[in-house]
Amino acid sequence: MKSFYLYIKELFEGICNLILGLKISMMNFLRPKVTEQYPENRKTAQHFDRFRARLVMPHNEKNEHKCIACGICEMNCPNGTIQVLSSMVEDPETGRKKKVLDKYIYDLGTCTFCNMCVTSCPHKAIAWSQDFEQAVFDRDRLYCQLNAEGSHVESKTIPTPKTEGKQNTSTVNGQES
Amino acid sequence: MFDFSVITCWIDNLLRVEWGLPDFWTLAIEFVLVGVALLTAYALIALVLIYAERKICGFFQCRIGPNRVGKWGLLQVVADMIKILTKEIIPIKRSDKFLFLMAPFFVIIGSILTFAALPFGLGLQAIDFNIGVVYILAVSSLGVIGILLAGWSSNNKYSLIGAIRSGAQLVSYELSAGLSLMVAVVLAGTMQLSEIVEAQSDLWFIFKGGIFAFVAFVIYLIAGHAETNRGPFDLAEAESELTAGYHTEYSGITFGFYYVAEYTNLFIVAAIATTMFLGGWMPLHIPGFDAFNAVMDYIPTPIWFFGKCAFCIFMALWVRWSYPRLRIDQLLKLEWKVLMPITLVNLAAVAVAVTM
Repeated sequence: MKSFYLYIKELFEGICNLILGLKISMMNFLRPKVTEQYPENRKTAQHFDRFRARLVMPHNEKNEHKCIACGICEMNCPNGTIQVLSSMVEDPETGRKKKVLDKYIYDLGTCTFCNMCVTSCPHKAIAWSQDFEQAVFDRDRLYCQLNAEGSHVESKTIPTPKTEGKQNTSTVNGQES
Repeated sequence: MFDFSVITCWIDNLLRVEWGLPDFWTLAIEFVLVGVALLTAYALIALVLIYAERKICGFFQCRIGPNRVGKWGLLQVVADMIKILTKEIIPIKRSDKFLFLMAPFFVIIGSILTFAALPFGLGLQAIDFNIGVVYILAVSSLGVIGILLAGWSSNNKYSLIGAIRSGAQLVSYELSAGLSLMVAVVLAGTMQLSEIVEAQSDLWFIFKGGIFAFVAFVIYLIAGHAETNRGPFDLAEAESELTAGYHTEYSGITFGFYYVAEYTNLFIVAAIATTMFLGGWMPLHIPGFDAFNAVMDYIPTPIWFFGKCAFCIFMALWVRWSYPRLRIDQLLKLEWKVLMPITLVNLAAVAVAVTM
């Protein structure tokens, strides 16, 4: 008699468990779908903040960047992807000679997206873009100049030694890994 | 309700009286017409079901399924069909060539024969046997012969294991499938499919038969699902252990036959469950609500039939994408220790309830 009782109990427990399983899969059925339909959602596609598509140098509305041509990124780059071409220009106000960025050359073809340039930049002059469609037909087009034509360094970007220590510990848009 | 026998009688009249053909030629032409209609329905139902399966499977896994070929991926199945037709049939060394090529036809024939007796709508039934239920049960399980032949003739141990598992599964589950259909037979008092549908004209058996009919319906769905070798009962294929089970060695259209037969068997199980418990093509009639019944009659009978089939098929897909595969001992335990006793008690109870 006891085994019969156990059989019935097991049967109903089994049925309850099966219904629970069905309920869970039905919840999945009704959930919003995760599939990204890529060419159609090109305009609305969302990427992760930390996604590294290519290196960019943000410019402000006055066509100014923050790069002081110190060359730390070039030294830190393990692949020789970055070339900072600079020249010494005399400041008309103070009369002191100063390094000025001519060309910031970035070779997307050899970049391994290791993020060392961005983390080592003392002025947050470079960042990663989310623009992932980087396929080209010619390898030469992977060489990009990151500073815009006619741009110059932002005035008052040279920090005092006090704030510099602060900047190094803070993260750049959450991109530090 | 539109009676489709008007159309069939008109064709018969056209051939016999208008054109004055003798009996032999009239029948020959009608056989060909019925055969073509059933084969077309067979292929179309398989295509629609393959699309539905892939789409619903995607939805259960939080994907959206095929969406590239045509609007919503509607032409994906057609593209796959054309692909499978152009593929090579690879002959297997040291296989039993004759049986190897014959096995897919057994599987196909088993399911096509069932189509002959299914009532798709009022007047849309090729043959109306007075033992329709027995005929359908007998013929729809013929497919396992094809599966056993495929496993044997492939000369491949995985195929053979898959085929033997399929055989064990079918022999077990045929019992509860047949016995649960007997509940509907007891309620209707006949084995003729058209009369079973007619007996549900006031209310479908699933509502009229109370708990007995409901239990029988659920058990038939489980057993029928097991017979189609799908879902949690797919040990005959079990791709993680047996590569593809009995159809490992098949390619091209011979594999296509198994693929199509799997989906039409799914439809056949749903169609039998619909006819026996959900009223077949009979619209929903509730006694006492005459206006409601009259409105329901305006919906064509094939739409009722295929709509109810779609419901049953959705249940099967839901189960398939919810549970993991059973082991062979669990499978047989489920049948012999759970489903069989419940079906027998249920059948005895319904017999007592009807006679009283």
